[in-house]
Amino acid sequence: MSEEKKTMDSGRRTLLVATSAAGGVAVAAAAVPFVASFAPSDRARAAGAPVKADIGDIGPGEMKVFEWRGKPVWVLRRTPEMLESLKQADAMVSDPESEKSIQPEYAKNQHRSIKPEYLVTVGICTHLGCSPSEKFKEGAESGMGADWPGGFLCPCHGSKFDLAGRVFKSQPAPTNLDIPPHYYISETTLMIGEDGKA
Amino acid sequence: MTTKCEALIEWIDARFPLTSTWKAHLSEYYAPKNFNFWYAFGILATVVLAIQIITGIFLVMNYKPDGTLNAAGVPVAFASVEYIMREVNGGWIIRTMHSTGASAFFIVVYLHMFRGLLYGSYRKPRELVWIFGTLIFLALMAEAFMGYLLPWGQMSYWGAQVIVNLFSAIPFVGPDLALLIRGDYVVSDATLNRFFAFHVCAVPLVLIGLVAAHIIALHEVGSNNPDGIEIKKHKDANGVPLDGVPFHPYYTVKDSFIVVIFLIFFAAVMFFAPEGGGYFLEYNNFLQADPLTTPPHIAPVWYFTPFYSILRAVTYPLFGIDAKFWGVVAMGASVVILGFLPWLDRSPVKSIRYKGPITKTLLAIFVVVFIVLGFLGVKAPDYVFPFGVPGAPVAQIFSVYYFLFFITMPWWSKLDKCKPEPERVNFK
Repeated sequence: MSEEKKTMDSGRRTLLVATSAAGGVAVAAAAVPFVASFAPSDRARAAGAPVKADIGDIGPGEMKVFEWRGKPVWVLRRTPEMLESLKQADAMVSDPESEKSIQPEYAKNQHRSIKPEYLVTVGICTHLGCSPSEKFKEGAESGMGADWPGGFLCPCHGSKFDLAGRVFKSQPAPTNLDIPPHYYISETTLMIGEDGKA
Repeated sequence: MTTKCEALIEWIDARFPLTSTWKAHLSEYYAPKNFNFWYAFGILATVVLAIQIITGIFLVMNYKPDGTLNAAGVPVAFASVEYIMREVNGGWIIRTMHSTGASAFFIVVYLHMFRGLLYGSYRKPRELVWIFGTLIFLALMAEAFMGYLLPWGQMSYWGAQVIVNLFSAIPFVGPDLALLIRGDYVVSDATLNRFFAFHVCAVPLVLIGLVAAHIIALHEVGSNNPDGIEIKKHKDANGVPLDGVPFHPYYTVKDSFIVVIFLIFFAAVMFFAPEGGGYFLEYNNFLQADPLTTPPHIAPVWYFTPFYSILRAVTYPLFGIDAKFWGVVAMGASVVILGFLPWLDRSPVKSIRYKGPITKTLLAIFVVVFIVLGFLGVKAPDYVFPFGVPGAPVAQIFSVYYFLFFITMPWWSKLDKCKPEPERVNFK
């Protein structure tokens, strides 16, 4: 071993290491386009265009689903009783003021919407992305326990949300349902995916 | 004639190590003569791998990885699987072979791994054999997960949605990483195409490479046996282990017989229960993917459920990071920890035959724990056992046991009262 070391040309060894290092940089650089190709393509990015939604035909207490960026967006027309249930839920939800949840500034209020009557929210659980199911009926009738104020239940991991998309305490979902940017074009038409011009 | 054949072999041998490879791996590879039933699952795993590759090649000829809707409003990928099942000649049998093969793969691999646990096959000098095996298991899980997206049914779609979103739990880089995996803001056509590329090309290549490494490492050190003692300690004048027999023809013949028995069971499932009672092919997956509606109950395929249970068992946030991140960490750790077994087991003996009551009891409990975790992973999170025992806390306690079994192994394996190993293998 020591014999080998003596005969080793350290100048050549240095050159060899330097060349290998330079080659390594080239390999890393060549990997850039491959990794970049994993990111959403220009077409996928452009597909996030806003969607016009006709909400004129939603009856009180009913919900309609629209597709925006491949995700379900719910528009729920809440009855006065449903809005009343939000007060009851205040004490049961983990983020009643939506401090750490995602919503536009104009929907960061008690009913999490522009108009109290209409809830517009992305119907995707903030836990692992399943779409929660409707459990609108109050109390034991919906199979959710006697103190259930009405809301949504995620089928995947059991997260519960109230009728403003606020998540209940100690559920897997970390935050309330996202509220997408949206504005009213008219009384019965909604634009989802864009903030209204002020 | 014979001489011409011999001449041909000689010609090849001068240019390629044909005879020497044949000898090293088959005719002069000496396997212990006391193999039992448990030693069949390695061969069976190889057979299933071959089935999956061959059926997979033929499926690719008619399958279309396309998430867009056709004129009838059905996703093209989903429609192409139905096309294979109904209109391609022999398509249904090829597809059923592939889907049954996926579950069969995990059945034989789990039994193969359990054999390793029973007889200490991971112990020195077989640590690398075991580590390559753990990597094969990881690659197999990736392969199965990505393959499951391809039929583009409801379970495909929402299963992928949930698993990919797990990565978004990683602090800082998580959301971007999930985006990079999906290639879109939701699971979409882009995701389907890349999973297809990984499933049919990248992962199989890795898998075959790892299987080769697994077998080369095994043939370097020699096989373990139910007695857990080294047959290489006692050799005859020619250096042949006294307790070894040439793999070919002894085990090739025996294994061929076992393969036939296995194929009978395999065919029975294919012909009489192709859906495996909803466990091999979940019923919800016969519905086309609908990005707007999650099915009321989603669960992974049975072979992932023990690990899925561990994931779900973590419900407490730690160090200010969400519980879901720690769930992912626990699930990953539950697989990776297997790779450390060679250094966790400090027992003076390898085989369960000579281990003491502590090992036998804890291993038996471990098997029960693993099966119950698997059972709970199929069920909804609010599942309640008969007599009102809630499932969620059971899953949590059993997940803790799963980890404690490995983490405390260095102590209890050393403490255990073992029996002396024999000098030579037991063989009647």
